[in-house]
Amino acid sequence: MSIPSPALPLRIALLGNPNCGKTALFNLLTGSRQKVANYAGVTVERKEGVMRTASGRRIKVLDLPGAYSLNALSNDEAVTRDVITGHSKEALPDLLVCVADATNLRLHLRLVLEARQLGLPLVVALNKMDRAKQLGIVIDRALLARELNLPIVETVSVHAHGADALRAALDEPLRAAPPPHWKQPDVEQVLATQSDVLGIFNRTVTSPTTDKDPSIRIDRFLMHPVWGFVVLALVLFITFLAVFSGGDVLSGWIEDGFGAIAGAVEANMADGPLRGLLVEGVIGGVGGVIVFLPQILILFGFILALEASGYLPRAAFLLDKPMSAAGLSGRSFIPLLSSFACAIPGIMATRTISHWRDRLTTILIAPLMACSARIPVYTLLVAALFPDDAMSAALVMVGLYALGIVAAMTVAWFIKRSDKHAARSPLLMELPAYQWPDLRSLVIGLWERAVIFLRRVGTIILAITIVMWALYTVPSPRDNGRSLAGELGHALHHVFKPIGFNEQISFALVPGMAAREVVVSALGTAYAMDGEEDAVKEQLRERITREWPLATKLSLLLWMVFAPQCLSTFVVVKRETGSWKQMWIMGGYLFALAYLASLITYQLTTWLTAS
Amino acid sequence: MIPESERTISLDQLPEEGSATVAGVTVPTDAAERTLVLRLLELGFVPGERVQVIHEGRHRRDPIAVRLGHTTFALRRHEAAFIQVTPSA
Repeated sequence: MSIPSPALPLRIALLGNPNCGKTALFNLLTGSRQKVANYAGVTVERKEGVMRTASGRRIKVLDLPGAYSLNALSNDEAVTRDVITGHSKEALPDLLVCVADATNLRLHLRLVLEARQLGLPLVVALNKMDRAKQLGIVIDRALLARELNLPIVETVSVHAHGADALRAALDEPLRAAPPPHWKQPDVEQVLATQSDVLGIFNRTVTSPTTDKDPSIRIDRFLMHPVWGFVVLALVLFITFLAVFSGGDVLSGWIEDGFGAIAGAVEANMADGPLRGLLVEGVIGGVGGVIVFLPQILILFGFILALEASGYLPRAAFLLDKPMSAAGLSGRSFIPLLSSFACAIPGIMATRTISHWRDRLTTILIAPLMACSARIPVYTLLVAALFPDDAMSAALVMVGLYALGIVAAMTVAWFIKRSDKHAARSPLLMELPAYQWPDLRSLVIGLWERAVIFLRRVGTIILAITIVMWALYTVPSPRDNGRSLAGELGHALHHVFKPIGFNEQISFALVPGMAAREVVVSALGTAYAMDGEEDAVKEQLRERITREWPLATKLSLLLWMVFAPQCLSTFVVVKRETGSWKQMWIMGGYLFALAYLASLITYQLTTWLTAS
Repeated sequence: MIPESERTISLDQLPEEGSATVAGVTVPTDAAERTLVLRLLELGFVPGERVQVIHEGRHRRDPIAVRLGHTTFALRRHEAAFIQVTPSA
């Protein structure tokens, strides 16, 4: 008979309250060796990575969504509970690392006790130990370990060696553990646990009698009823200024790069369908979309930094009352802000809203926030409307953004009114201590966004541009001089004629359904202009300025504000809400809104310009 | 401990900058509100804890920001009303 050697952990999971620094710790442990996907069936982000223990063993780390309690209120918390109680498709982790913020143990210890009840092997990581020392908080670690009867390591997730003690602890053999069991606690059990927490906390932690948290002083200004709003307006202004001005410069470089590639291909290849496909289809199409990468990354950079600093919940606090007039809560602010970059992460960010009706409303209105993919179409049309007047052009751009916001709030208000029995939605959120964003986490976060975007460009958008190019190139079987695309545009024209769209626009809207960004290149292809990206845009603007009546330009602008577009958004809405019905409701109301707005604009402008 | 009922108010009635000690919570019958109150307890709004209202929203002084230990929570007055507190003299 052989004695089984003691098992070492192979798969661990990080558990912790929101704001405990868990993700920064995960980034420190795994570096760039991580994979972002979704948990089966839900769009909660699943982050897994590979790390090395002190002895060099490779083990898998799962970064669970932040949870205050296993008694889940949000989708995020439900995923965490299901994974560590063995109720999900995920394999049960060999070991839990419960990350607790040393500066906020009174709150975070409770989850440690709750996790301990599960019976899984557990290590407690006391994170932000450096901050705790600065604030004069003294923790008797040996006593705490005895009281909890758990191994405790100290970590500083923002220091390069801040996780060394944890790496060493992961080489300890595991004790045998029974399968975890968890039962929803009632009020008495919660109170009993809290009384345990308080006892342990009072015996092991000495805090200074005066609250030294600088956040309180900062908040006197940032949450001030007047100055708070001034700062918020300034923050948003700077963010969008950076997106437009900084993005423009970087986009210019990318455009030049793609122009050079197209030129090189044209110079070195014989004229023919393959060259056409490469230059107009692939390089033109893909290049036309990649130019938005800087704008998307700048916007995400600001959002990630603001989130990591702890400012966004304050903004949500300030905006709670104004948003509640539209039937939302301040919690919807962060998802809606993200939707200005792209509706998809915006919709995914709603998973922290525990109240279902609030969450659904936020999902339904998120596409009305002018996502960055609309920027090129807006820019093209506005430039065509005001060829020599940059000031008016800028004002109209601001107006388009404002229109989307006003429409979103109006729609939210109608949804609230339609549901008279709705319970009041709670706000209840933590305003975490301010901190400098962790650079490593910021870079990793941006890298993830860039990869998601480029993957989309390399797959769906590349496919669309090739199909589009083919549709324009292959002649119609009816042999009437039209291409297949022309036929399609001709057929759709019947639907869009009342709102002033010509055949070229009608067709360009089809690929636009899959990805808004390609509307511009689709129009370019429809007017059969070849040449490099810059030249196409220039020619297109000239032709639009010259050939389209004012009413058509305005009508298309309004269409772009409201129209349901981008299939990925539909897919995410279906997955998030788990309902085809909600998806069609969203698509339907947006289409109706867009058609109506364009119809009124077109007919009114035509009538006004005629008389 | 003898409940000092005449001195107990709900947290939403505590003025800005006012400090108090949590006396207890009201457990509502509505299921959604019960869940909310359970969460308030889990976050630490339990008897004996000191709280202070550190901010009030601009419109109708809602929501409020409450300091509890080393944490600040934002909550609406409607939610704060479930928490009973004894104001400090």
